[in-house]
Amino acid sequence: MSSDLFDVQIKTVGLDLFYGDNRVLKNITFDIGRKKVTAFIGPSGCGKSSYLRCLNRMNDFIPSARITGTIEMEGENILSPETDVIALRRRVGMVFQKPNPFPMSIYENVAYGPRLNGLKDKNILDETVEKSLRGAALWDEVKDKLSSPGTGLSGGQQQRLCIARAIATQPEVLLMDEPTSALDPMSTARVEELIRELKGDYTVAIVTHNMQQAARISDYTAFFLLGDLIEYDRTAKIFTSPSDKKTEDYISGRFG
Amino acid sequence: MDRNRSRKIKDLAMTSLFCLAAFMLVAAVAGVGAFLFKEGWQILSLDFLIEAPRDGMTAGGIMTPLVGTIQLVIVSMAAALPIGIMTGLYFAEYSKDDWLTRVLRVSIRCLAGVPSVIYGLFGLSLFVIFLNFGSSLLSAGLTLGCLSLPLIVTVSEQAFLAVPQDYRDASYALGATKCQTILKVVLPSAASTIITGTILSIGRVAGETAPIMFTGAAFFAPEVAKSVFDQVMALPYHIYVLATASTDLEATRPIQYGAILVLIGLVLGTSAIGVVARSRLAARSGRQ
Repeated sequence: MSSDLFDVQIKTVGLDLFYGDNRVLKNITFDIGRKKVTAFIGPSGCGKSSYLRCLNRMNDFIPSARITGTIEMEGENILSPETDVIALRRRVGMVFQKPNPFPMSIYENVAYGPRLNGLKDKNILDETVEKSLRGAALWDEVKDKLSSPGTGLSGGQQQRLCIARAIATQPEVLLMDEPTSALDPMSTARVEELIRELKGDYTVAIVTHNMQQAARISDYTAFFLLGDLIEYDRTAKIFTSPSDKKTEDYISGRFG
Repeated sequence: MDRNRSRKIKDLAMTSLFCLAAFMLVAAVAGVGAFLFKEGWQILSLDFLIEAPRDGMTAGGIMTPLVGTIQLVIVSMAAALPIGIMTGLYFAEYSKDDWLTRVLRVSIRCLAGVPSVIYGLFGLSLFVIFLNFGSSLLSAGLTLGCLSLPLIVTVSEQAFLAVPQDYRDASYALGATKCQTILKVVLPSAASTIITGTILSIGRVAGETAPIMFTGAAFFAPEVAKSVFDQVMALPYHIYVLATASTDLEATRPIQYGAILVLIGLVLGTSAIGVVARSRLAARSGRQ
C-alpha cells in the first residue's frame, strides 16, 4: 500500500527484532499515518506487541533484545543509540494490557508525567489534570474524589485513568497494548469510544486480539503472522477483501 | 464405616495437638508477662521513669538508662537505615545475577547469623579503638547499627522486589529515568514493608546487651549523654547489672523487674506505632 495516501508519522524500514536467537520481527517495512488509528492484529506470538514496544524503546529492558533496521519519527531514527530515550517516551505514550495505575491518588497519577517534565505550578497542574481526565472521559466520575487512590477505581475506570495519565504529557503518539483485554464488555465499549475520540489529536497504534474491535475503531490494520507483516491496508479493505489468503483465513476464524 | 470413624478420630487428635501447641505458646507468653508484672508492677510510676538511679542504684528510677536506650536506637537507625535501604535497592534494582552479587548476598546472610557478642568485639576493635571513638554512645550505636543491617537489607530488598513490574513499566513509559522511577514509585510502594522491618530491628536493637557492653554502655552514669562521645546507660545492660552486680539484691529486685517491664513496653509500643503507621500508609496508597 502506498504511503502517499496519508501524512506519515512513523516510517518503519527493514526492521528486524531478535530476542536472543529468536527472530521475532522479520524485515518489517510500512508507514503509520498521522492522527489515524492503526490496529495490529494476529495470533499470539506473532510479534505485534514486540513491534509496539520498539516504538517507545521498551525492548531496551530486555537484555537479549537486538534490533536492526530503522524507525523514523519526524525524520529522526528513534532506534539510533544517540536517541534520547527519555525524550522519546515523553513523545510516545503507552497504555498497557493490564490497568496499572500507581498506588497514589487519582490526581497524582495524572500529574506524574507533567511533574517529570518539571511542571510545578499548581494552577497549570490542576488544569492539565482536569483536561487529561476529561480527555479520557473520566472527569465526571472522579472530579469529587481526586485525592482518593487510583487503585480504588473499577477496572474500566483504572484503564481510562491510565489513558489520562498517558495523554497528560501531550504525546504525539499513543501506543495501546491490548488495552481492553482485561475489561468487561461495558468498560470495553467506553474505552473504544474514547479511542475514536482520541484520534483527532493523537496517532494511535493499538494491538488487539479482538478482530471486531480492530474493525470498529481503526482506520488501518496491519496483520502480523510469525514475525512477518503479511498485509497492511485500510481496515475496510482488510476486513472485506483481503489480498492475502492468510489474512482471509485469520479474519474468517480459520486459525489463531 | 469403621475406617471412616478412625479417620475422624485421627483428624480430631491432630487438630487438638496443633491447638495445644498454639496454646502452649500463648501460655508461655502470658506466664512470662504475668510473672514480670507481679514482680515489678508496684514500682511502676511516673517518678520511676523520670528519676535517675541513686544510692548505688538501690533506689530512684530508670531515667538515665531509658533515655540511653532511646539514644542508642536513634544513633543505630540513623546509621543503619540509609545504608541498609540503599543496599537493598542495589540488590533489587541494580545488581546483575553474577558471582559478585552472590558473594554479597551470602555475606549478608552470614552476617545475620553472627552471635551478638562478636558484634560487640568487632565494634570494640573498629569503632572504640581503631577509629578512636572511645567507649561512647557513637561506638555502641554504630555497633548496634551493624547488627541490624542484615535484617534491614533483606527486608528492603524483599520490599523492592515485591513492587509490581507494572509500576516500573508505567513510569518508564512516561519518560521517567531509573532514578525518578525508584524515588517516586518504587520507594513509596515499598515504604510500608520497610517500616515493618525497621520496627523489628528497633526491637532487636533496644534489647541487645552484648554488643554495647564493650562499646559504650556504662555500669553507671550520673546523667544522660550530652554528646555522642559520652558513655550511656542502657536498659538491657542496666537490668543485667542490677541482677548480677548489685550491692543489695533485695533492694534492687523491684527496680530490675520494673526496668524489664518498661523495656518490654517500649518494644511493644514501637511495634504498635509501626503497625498503625504501616496500615495508614497502605490505606493511603490503596495497597494492602
